[in-house]
Amino acid sequence: MSMEEPLVMARGLTKKFGDFEAVSGIDVQVERGDVFGFLGPNGAGKSSTMRMIGCVSPVSAGRLRVLGLNPRDEGPAIRARLGVVPQEDNLDNDLSVGDNLTIYGRYFGLPRAVIKERAAELLEFMQLAERRDARVEALSGGMKRRLTIARALINQPDLLLLDEPTTGLDPQARHLLWERLYQLKLRGVTLVLTTHYMDEAEQLCDRLVIMDRGHIVAEGSPRELINRHSTREVVELRFNSMEDREHSVPRLADLSGRVEPVGERVLVYTDNGDATVSAITSNGVHPAAVLVRRASLEDVFLILTGRTLDE
Amino acid sequence: MLATATARWPFTRAVEREIRVFSRLWRGTVFSTFLNPIVFLLAMGIGVGGMVDEHSGEVAGVHYLAFVVPGIMAASAMQTAAGDSLWRVLAGLKWMRFFHAMVATPLTPADVYAGKVTWTGMRIVMSSSVFLGVATVFGGVLSPLGLLAIPSAVLTAVTFAAVITAYAATQDSEAKFAVVYRLGVIPLFLFSGTFFPVSQLPDWVEPLSRLSPLYYGVELCRMFTTGDPRWGVALVDVVVLIGIAALGWRWGTRSFTRRLTT
Ligand SMILES: Nc1ncnc2c1ncn2[C@@H]1O[C@H](COP(=O)(O)OP(=O)(O)OP(=O)(O)O)[C@@H](O)[C@H]1O
Ligand SMILES: [Mg+2]
Repeated sequence: MSMEEPLVMARGLTKKFGDFEAVSGIDVQVERGDVFGFLGPNGAGKSSTMRMIGCVSPVSAGRLRVLGLNPRDEGPAIRARLGVVPQEDNLDNDLSVGDNLTIYGRYFGLPRAVIKERAAELLEFMQLAERRDARVEALSGGMKRRLTIARALINQPDLLLLDEPTTGLDPQARHLLWERLYQLKLRGVTLVLTTHYMDEAEQLCDRLVIMDRGHIVAEGSPRELINRHSTREVVELRFNSMEDREHSVPRLADLSGRVEPVGERVLVYTDNGDATVSAITSNGVHPAAVLVRRASLEDVFLILTGRTLDE
Repeated sequence: MLATATARWPFTRAVEREIRVFSRLWRGTVFSTFLNPIVFLLAMGIGVGGMVDEHSGEVAGVHYLAFVVPGIMAASAMQTAAGDSLWRVLAGLKWMRFFHAMVATPLTPADVYAGKVTWTGMRIVMSSSVFLGVATVFGGVLSPLGLLAIPSAVLTAVTFAAVITAYAATQDSEAKFAVVYRLGVIPLFLFSGTFFPVSQLPDWVEPLSRLSPLYYGVELCRMFTTGDPRWGVALVDVVVLIGIAALGWRWGTRSFTRRLTT
């Protein structure tokens, strides 16, 4: 593989299930050393894309190259150099924590001595060393996730695929995982991850694509995306009822910024939050709560699709 | 040696998983794989056998214990194969999903399937050896050729495992598995010449027993343990069993591929 070849290169990549198109002709390019994210709501096609990259799901149309190879013809050779953390945990409940790593290493044909050394290191790195002999069922959700990541690293992959690595975890477990993933990034591991948490994407990703209904709607670094598609600040108005909100929206119409109603909230996009708040109150609108904050990827998604990420 | 084997045949890595699981959990399977057939041996061979021999002397030219030993041996091989190939397969595909973890590595769905079926064959090497030893002690094995009953039982088990594992991978729930037992495994268990010669069946039923793969497995085991090898018949038995296993294998490779790579 030449130095310049991207680790993942997709052109017009498409996945169909029967007549339904889950992924509709997306273009993606992941360079070595990148942390690359797919951000999108449920059903956007993130997992379908990850499974194609992971060479466990045949491409329906378009071109895909992973590590410079074609998944159709060289699945096993590609998978030998991937680490995969699937959305749904599939740890081996019949085996202990340590044996999960040993046997997984054997699937890659690694010699036992090598596995032993790496497994000890990885358990340490993922803070699971004292749990080596525990049954998998006895682990918490966060520990299971960490074990799944440790398992995915046993073959020292060129590319680590993480499908929603922190979904369903409590904030503490999430932060621990983010920190570990950040360590991997510092070590130069290329990461591709999916998430529907904008803070996760903002914290971890160098570059990301926003996906919706099988399409890529925007691409760039988190900062670029915010600068390109959103204003600098957002004024969030919270009303006590939908009725209150309905009354107020027309009176916000003459504000210079874009106005997005979301449930009982209204978001006003502006480059000067405080000035906008004054303008709103002088228009006679009195929301139950007002908050001025910096724009986030969540706002980019809302502006581009008219929906929120968790809708 | 193992290292070169796994490089050439990746499916042996899938077998390694089963060996590891077995080494942890074997105590739980002692009854079904080792003791169950021996209980049958005692009940049928010694209990029923004593009565049969008293009344009619011999069955198909041998005393009843010698008649029933190969029957139990082949039938247990089938039963173990069935027990290994239904719920365990859905566990890997759906409930615990460890097969999905395996195909994210260099292993292919065909490797996963091959590993599962191969392991069932390996278990039968263990269990049928123990059984044959016990049966020999009780005088139920009449010839040293009886050793050939071990590979015969293994072939029988692999044939059933190949087909049933393939079938299990087409199922979304275990709803039909009990039916497979009631309408498949148990009738075959009883009517394949296992406990009585098929010539005892009504004339119009007797030919139907030839549709049972177990019939060929029992016939094969029996000609060896009773020291009555008929090599032409043995060849037919082996060809039938391998033929069915090969069809099952093709089906299994496809059903696993369809299931694990969507
Ligand atoms: N095996 C399948 N058969 C049929 N439809 C499928 C299959 N897998 C996924 N889909 C459909 O494809 C669409 C995209 O699914 P996918 O799992 O890729 O989305 P996602 O972005 O990962 O969503 P989530 O955040 O819920 O994980 C969904 O509408 C889903 O129902
Ligand atoms: Mg998903």
